[in-house]
Amino acid sequence: MLLRRREDLVCQQVVELVSDYLEGGLSRSDRKRFEAHLRVCPNCTNYLEQMRATIRATGTLTPDDLSPEARTELTDLFRNWRNEGS
Amino acid sequence: MDPATESDLELLARLRDGDEAAFVTLVARYNGSMLRLARTYVPSAAVAEEAVQDTWMGVVRGVDRFEGRSSFKTWLFRILVNRARSAGTREPRDLLLADAGPAVDPSRFDAGGAWARPLESWETDADDRLLAATWSGRLRDALGELPPRQREIVILRDVEGMDSGSVCDVLGISEGNQRVLLHRGRSRLRAALESEFESRGR
Repeated sequence: MLLRRREDLVCQQVVELVSDYLEGGLSRSDRKRFEAHLRVCPNCTNYLEQMRATIRATGTLTPDDLSPEARTELTDLFRNWRNEGS
Repeated sequence: MDPATESDLELLARLRDGDEAAFVTLVARYNGSMLRLARTYVPSAAVAEEAVQDTWMGVVRGVDRFEGRSSFKTWLFRILVNRARSAGTREPRDLLLADAGPAVDPSRFDAGGAWARPLESWETDADDRLLAATWSGRLRDALGELPPRQREIVILRDVEGMDSGSVCDVLGISEGNQRVLLHRGRSRLRAALESEFESRGR
């Protein structure tokens, strides 16, 4: 069995640090450990890429729209407000 | 000038003067996003619509109080979250992080914490695949299934593209909590896409 230096991260830890890494929330030394792990671990490199792809894909989702009835209702409310007010 | 190309601040200025077209344009611009966000707090689409309407009325009545210290969108979403929270049943603050779990199923790792089997690369055709309607359908479902606290943050950050400072401002949470919840949410979405890819045999 390979001896692991105490400061080496294992994959299971790396996946929990991915968001901190992407958000720039890791300390300098943690970021170095994280990147050192990625250099030798194709699986975690793929994992990071999958997370990035997931974020990109989420960014392509479009918000649901409001029903036409609700829109009309809103416009009516606006007109009432304007007439009451100024 | 085409109202759709006007900035929020230009539209707001006209809204202050009671301009209906400016109001309609702002509604069209943000309603979908607001509805989706509201939906994370309340039990039904109808209640979400009420919260959104309520918010717009709050905007119209309170437009003079908008000081421009945050963006209009941040201000708008903060009003919405307050209204939706009071319309919905919201769990106590200390349960904020209660739905935390590991980012990846522990069975995927060996006893030493390394991946038990290789992780496939999505790199080659990831964008094509992820953009295909079927994947976005699965992603949309997975987003809908996230615990509400995770969902609201993923929506604001990754669907709306807001920065973390604005999101913390809208939701009234710390950067640290925001990051934890974002991490859980994104991790679950990744897992959902992975299982979709695997079940379709690529």
